[in-house]
Amino acid sequence: MSNHNYVPSSKLGKWFNDRLPLLSLSAHVTEYPTPKNLNYWWTFGGILTFCLVAQIITGIVLAMHYVAQADLAFASVEHIMRDVNYGWLIRYFHANGSSMFFLAVYIHIFRSLYYGSYKSPREVIWILGMMIYFLMMMTAFMGYVLPWGQMSFWAATVITNLFSAVPLIGESITNWLWGGYAVDSPTLTRFYALHYLFPFLILGLVILHIWALHIPGNNNPIGIDIKKPSKDTVPFHPYIVIKDLYALLIFLILFAFFVFYAPNLLGHPDNYIEANPLVTPTHIVPEWYLLPFYAILRSVPDKLLGVVAMFASIFVLVILPWLDTSKIKSAVFRPLYKQFYWILVLDVFLLGYMGAMPAEGLYLLVARVATAYYFIHFIIILPILGFKEKTIPLPLSISEPVLNGTPNLEENNKTST
Amino acid sequence: MSDQEKTKRRDFLFTASYALGAVGVGAAVWPLIDQMNPDSSVKALASTEVDISTIEPGKSITVLWRGKPVFIKRRTKDEIAEAKAVKLEDLIHPEKDEDRAKNSEWLVMIGVCTHLGCVPLGDKGEYNGWFCPCHGSHYDTSGRIRKGPAPTNLEIPKYEFVNSNTIKIG
Amino acid sequence: MKFFFKTICIFFVLIAFNIQKVEAEENTKVLKVEWSFKGLFGKFDRASLQRGYQVYAEVCASCHSMKHLSYRNLAEKGGPEFSKDQAKAIASNFELTDGPNSDGEMFTRPAKLSDKFVEPYQNIEEAKASNGGAYPPDMSVLVKARSGGANYIYSVLVGYDDPPTDVTLDDGVYYNTYMIGNKIMMPNPLTEGLVEYNDGTKATEEQMAKDVTTFLTWAAEPHLEARHKIGFKAIIYLIILSILAYFSMKRLWSRIEPKV
Repeated sequence: MSNHNYVPSSKLGKWFNDRLPLLSLSAHVTEYPTPKNLNYWWTFGGILTFCLVAQIITGIVLAMHYVAQADLAFASVEHIMRDVNYGWLIRYFHANGSSMFFLAVYIHIFRSLYYGSYKSPREVIWILGMMIYFLMMMTAFMGYVLPWGQMSFWAATVITNLFSAVPLIGESITNWLWGGYAVDSPTLTRFYALHYLFPFLILGLVILHIWALHIPGNNNPIGIDIKKPSKDTVPFHPYIVIKDLYALLIFLILFAFFVFYAPNLLGHPDNYIEANPLVTPTHIVPEWYLLPFYAILRSVPDKLLGVVAMFASIFVLVILPWLDTSKIKSAVFRPLYKQFYWILVLDVFLLGYMGAMPAEGLYLLVARVATAYYFIHFIIILPILGFKEKTIPLPLSISEPVLNGTPNLEENNKTST
Repeated sequence: MSDQEKTKRRDFLFTASYALGAVGVGAAVWPLIDQMNPDSSVKALASTEVDISTIEPGKSITVLWRGKPVFIKRRTKDEIAEAKAVKLEDLIHPEKDEDRAKNSEWLVMIGVCTHLGCVPLGDKGEYNGWFCPCHGSHYDTSGRIRKGPAPTNLEIPKYEFVNSNTIKIG
Repeated sequence: MKFFFKTICIFFVLIAFNIQKVEAEENTKVLKVEWSFKGLFGKFDRASLQRGYQVYAEVCASCHSMKHLSYRNLAEKGGPEFSKDQAKAIASNFELTDGPNSDGEMFTRPAKLSDKFVEPYQNIEEAKASNGGAYPPDMSVLVKARSGGANYIYSVLVGYDDPPTDVTLDDGVYYNTYMIGNKIMMPNPLTEGLVEYNDGTKATEEQMAKDVTTFLTWAAEPHLEARHKIGFKAIIYLIILSILAYFSMKRLWSRIEPKV
């Protein structure tokens, strides 16, 4: 941190800053030395912050009109869509906002995987990020239940039934979750309460995530540690701010396209049919951003093990900093890892596609292979790759990409620790 | 291009960006504010029709209109006379009774004390009209404030006689 | 930078391609109609909406409810835009139960603009009992509740046909080319000349199907016109502001290597 010694120029400022160092914080954020070679994949942190704040604001607005009661929920959403001033706009923004949020978070996570941003000394940032991601999935799932359409109801039924896989106490857990013997009004009301709470937990974790980031500073596309501040860095404001804003605006164009011209494209028609506990839709699918996990869940033929596999697929990400044994961060200098990275991306897309297809025949077989590969990538390939891979020599600094007297790996490790 | 021109162009660029950005933020904030205004289903309830054929002289009914109580009082000859006899100089908020009751037999007004929004009680108070129990405002038989903290007379809503038995409020 | 742009372009192309693919898939299953409400500036055909309401009221409404709509909606902007008096007259044709009155009794009265559409049945059970066990779905958001949307609804309405020889139908079940599963409990609702349009339009089966589908699309998405209008402005605005932001960024970064 560059500005522990910041002193406000005005007397009042100094008086206040001595008691609550908000001005120091502001100065820190303004001057925060950022690697100047960050590419546009690094703008998604800012975009995600926007998404979270926008979801919270539109969510609070919707909460002013929504009724979390089984007999009234569907009608209250229609009331928002029809009668409330700009209600349709705010609801479509919130509903598509969740998809945009996940789109951004997936890009953010895969950027991290490509450039090795999860590695020392940024393990805690990464773990906080995974916690945020997990809470996001819970929040999105519970939000999807609130309109109380057919998909809402059956998604709630299927997902809460996962817990019935727990030996011995499974049934007690599900009854406890439901507040009854099936998903019903009490379930809806508690999901609503938690759906309102979780975003604020996410916000808290995001603050920690950024705090943890500001200790070592940003990783960068080359993945070497740089001196901060130096000629390799630029102040956060205005250089990074304007770049983040530009990227956000491009992102918003896509966002606006969905909200105004295809607001129901990412949703499911069945969710415009009011929940009916007597009829299950022919084909239950979660929202697109949960499909890979859904595929993993279904590809295991055992109920309990399926649930275990699904949670393990997230847990394996949490311990990733210790599974990846390579000291080189950026895939730019890891020719083999780069190839495996793209295979993993394809694998995840494949899992997503299989999650949307019926779990039968060839689909099921492919889903199983893809699930197996997902775990093999993290548990077997990554640890071995760290020892076997022949990496490309690293440059000394961002501004001196020329490799005179190629620094060897060990020297580089010394500087990074 | 000279440095000065460059600076000028840069300033213009930044100013334009800021201004346009501010316009957009404003436009985006408006729906978030407007959503709290009465929605179209609430606005649709803006008028209500009341059957007054069963009200005896000297009696009143209270109906709900836009979430507020509306007093509809059929006044007796004495009450009308009392209301008309008051001199305007004696009033805190001078209004003639004729201006408050289109048809002097019928007094239609919003039953919300103009002080802090409580509902006054009928046939009470020192002026035989209404009395607000919250902070002691006295209204006369025309609903005019005579004593107490309320600043103005009880409000008259927009209403009309659809026929001799029906009043449409709003 | 270049890579980023390329990715964005690819992304947009993929989306466009996907949407086309989705639409193409629909094509094979359902008929495609050139709806006036599709596209960047899509608007409803006012006359068609009014005719569509007539078809709904005279044909569908005896079984299908539309419980999320109110009579006032018929006079609102962006909809059929009946005059207020016309909408009032329409509402007053329906009786509903209100109350209790001062004697504590429920009473019936003609509907007002602020009332919701009066439902044909008291409850789902009665609806089922009157229709051979099949519940005629509420039509308020029906268009959004079926994949294929307006095209699907239209196709089902004109898709009644004699069953192929290998299909046997129970009593009270009809064959429909476009219905999912091809079996439908609703008898063919539209026959030529079933309604008499005030504006002189010939009431062919296709015309009625088109009108009532337009009406149902509006019912499901009453703010569609406002959405298209605001959306176009919003996107133009965002494009202009991103161009300004882009040049501001270039200017700020002009002395820094590597460039953005």
